[in-house]
Amino acid sequence: MPAVQDTIDRVRKIDVDQYKYGFQTEIAVDKAPKGLSEDIIRFISAKKDEPSWMLEWRLEAYRRWLTLEEPTWARVHYPKIDFQDIYYYAAPKSTPGPSSLSDVDPELLKVYEKLGIPLREQEILAGVQKTDASELEEPSDNVYKSGRVAVDAVFDSVSVVTTFKKELAQAGVIFCSISEAIREHPELVQKYLGSVVPTSDNFYATLNSAVFTDGSFVFVPKGVRCPMELSTYFRMNEKNTGQFERTLIIAEEGAYVSYLEGCTAPQRDENQLHAAVVELVALDDAEIKYSTVQNWYPGDAEGKGGIYNFVTKRGDCRGDRSKISWTQVETGSAITWKYPSCILRGDDSSGEFYSIAVSNGYQQVDSGTKMIHLGKNTSSRIISKGIAAGFSQNTYRGQVSAHRKATNARNFTNCDSLLIGDQCGAHTVPYMEAKNSTAQFEHEATTSKISEDQKFYVMQRGIPEEEAIALIVNGFVKDVIQQLPMEFAVEAQKLIGISLEGSVG
Amino acid sequence: MLEIKNLHARIVDDGTEIIRGLNLTVKAGEVAAIMGPNGSGKSTLSYILAGREDYEVTEGDILYNGRSILEMDPAERATSGIFLAFQYPMEIPGVATMEFLKVAMNEQRKARGEEPLKIPEFLKRVKEAAASLSMDMAMLKRPLNVGFSGGEKKRAEILQMKLLEPKLCVLDETDSGLDIDALKIVSDGVNALRAPDRAFLVITHYQRLLEHIVPDSVHVLYRGQVIKSGDKSLALDLEANGYAGVIGEAA
Repeated sequence: MPAVQDTIDRVRKIDVDQYKYGFQTEIAVDKAPKGLSEDIIRFISAKKDEPSWMLEWRLEAYRRWLTLEEPTWARVHYPKIDFQDIYYYAAPKSTPGPSSLSDVDPELLKVYEKLGIPLREQEILAGVQKTDASELEEPSDNVYKSGRVAVDAVFDSVSVVTTFKKELAQAGVIFCSISEAIREHPELVQKYLGSVVPTSDNFYATLNSAVFTDGSFVFVPKGVRCPMELSTYFRMNEKNTGQFERTLIIAEEGAYVSYLEGCTAPQRDENQLHAAVVELVALDDAEIKYSTVQNWYPGDAEGKGGIYNFVTKRGDCRGDRSKISWTQVETGSAITWKYPSCILRGDDSSGEFYSIAVSNGYQQVDSGTKMIHLGKNTSSRIISKGIAAGFSQNTYRGQVSAHRKATNARNFTNCDSLLIGDQCGAHTVPYMEAKNSTAQFEHEATTSKISEDQKFYVMQRGIPEEEAIALIVNGFVKDVIQQLPMEFAVEAQKLIGISLEGSVG
Repeated sequence: MLEIKNLHARIVDDGTEIIRGLNLTVKAGEVAAIMGPNGSGKSTLSYILAGREDYEVTEGDILYNGRSILEMDPAERATSGIFLAFQYPMEIPGVATMEFLKVAMNEQRKARGEEPLKIPEFLKRVKEAAASLSMDMAMLKRPLNVGFSGGEKKRAEILQMKLLEPKLCVLDETDSGLDIDALKIVSDGVNALRAPDRAFLVITHYQRLLEHIVPDSVHVLYRGQVIKSGDKSLALDLEANGYAGVIGEAA
């Protein structure tokens, strides 16, 4: 755990409620009029220069959405959202679309610099150069030797730049914004878009299908191991603007890709809506590893402001022996409603979900996963660590099901919750359903409080209280942190420490 | 080095008074043994010295190098040089022992205004200290105290003590749960740390430990007070005749 010391240093430097990424950038924007209608959808589609099939797809989704009701089953509470009071499109004026780095507005580059995100190709993500503690660490197999990461930077409604495209193209990998993919690779998009999360899937996914603005597209052809980490950084900047990103990742037979997603937003008094859809498709023997560090603005100490994060993420293990692995570190957002799931369709396919959800202040988290076993000999593994502090509510909600033909389906679920203080809540809601008698499901759950004994012991060694808690919490989440690519693992540990700042006392 | 004056302390939760007018002075370089029957307040004394919040001092004072430590929290006391080897060391899941040592050592260095240890220097110190306690380096990669045997836990405590180089070492029943070989290793570890500027408070039930760690003074604690003090012969006397005689004398 090389980041503990860092966590400690950071925690010390930062005052309570100091969301580090809360700055706002003044940039000239091109906006759609407020509200939602067929005209707005036509406006978005036209802005993106989309083919007519795409517009039709959006309109169909919109008409469907009008018939749907907002879901209320999650353990989250918030005032009703006025969907006509949101801007659905906002793009920096200077950037007509993805372009080369030299064309990008220097103001935008500054934003990413401030966020610590490398857009120049010679740069690497902070945290990669481990000069320290490396002797103490077990070597990790998910580290790319080059330490380089290709980045797609999405600012409000558009992708501003994608790096390393040329080098990736040489390997046959397509990595670009979804808008560009719709124009340049329509056959792939038409084949796969909506094939995992149909437009009719749920209220927010349907809304996203109608109005999505940008996101990333990844295609790794047969037999190719993507030569570097791919990542997308989402930034919400404009006031009263929703962000509706759409990401589609396809790994053909035998392909491998590891993808990271990060996100931040300015500090504002109003709530902002973020409703994304992510679809993953893994064909025979393919593997997709998808990691998220979610750090949207969580609201202030009184629970004012913050992002509503209503996200549908689903992976389809379409081919035999395919594998999809979700890892998420959730520290931000006022409300999180998110269940990255796997459909285990191919025989011998496997799905994994590793999650750390940290809530503090008045944050509400309702997150978990679904593992749908359809093929034979499919296996899934769920490791969820919820940490609740302050007045927050933290719910794990999971579903594991084995269908009639899913012989020998296996699942292992472990949900641990850690409470800090006595004003917060942790809840575990597992659903399990086996329609096949050969299925083997295991479920373990624990809820614990950081014990006074543990804290006293750690402090007795000279480690101050907040650092002692960060140390114990980092130990608690270690199983999951180990699943993250190293570039993110360090960042994630720091983030957890910062998120729990002010949780004691 | 340590001066406990008319100390009264109670359990915060239910107000039970455990320490009732305790006086004790330990000089630099001294090894003081605290003995006493069960429930006499020995472990409570060690917790109060280390600053545990479950106890409240209602009267008296604890002076460490002439300064009261009552307002200091456990971490501040630790960085000022007070170390408690726990009777029951806590398990810290997911935190490798090695990592824990690094964080603790560097926190203490930071509190003293020193630079963090460079990794090679850190590893060198740990390797040396572990070897002297016959500890396997592989064990230090495991989470601290998780799945350690009783003997391993006690060794890990002494290892931390060695590396943190405290000035006042409080050993709470360090001999409990140790077989004779482990007792020898742990005692040798403690003896190697004896120094003119370092004091020890060795809390134990039995004379057995004091055969290995020979004390300069022996104090009998009973109902929250030191009822008798003497040299090492007092421990032998207690071993032979039990506490009844001493308690009767005091009463």
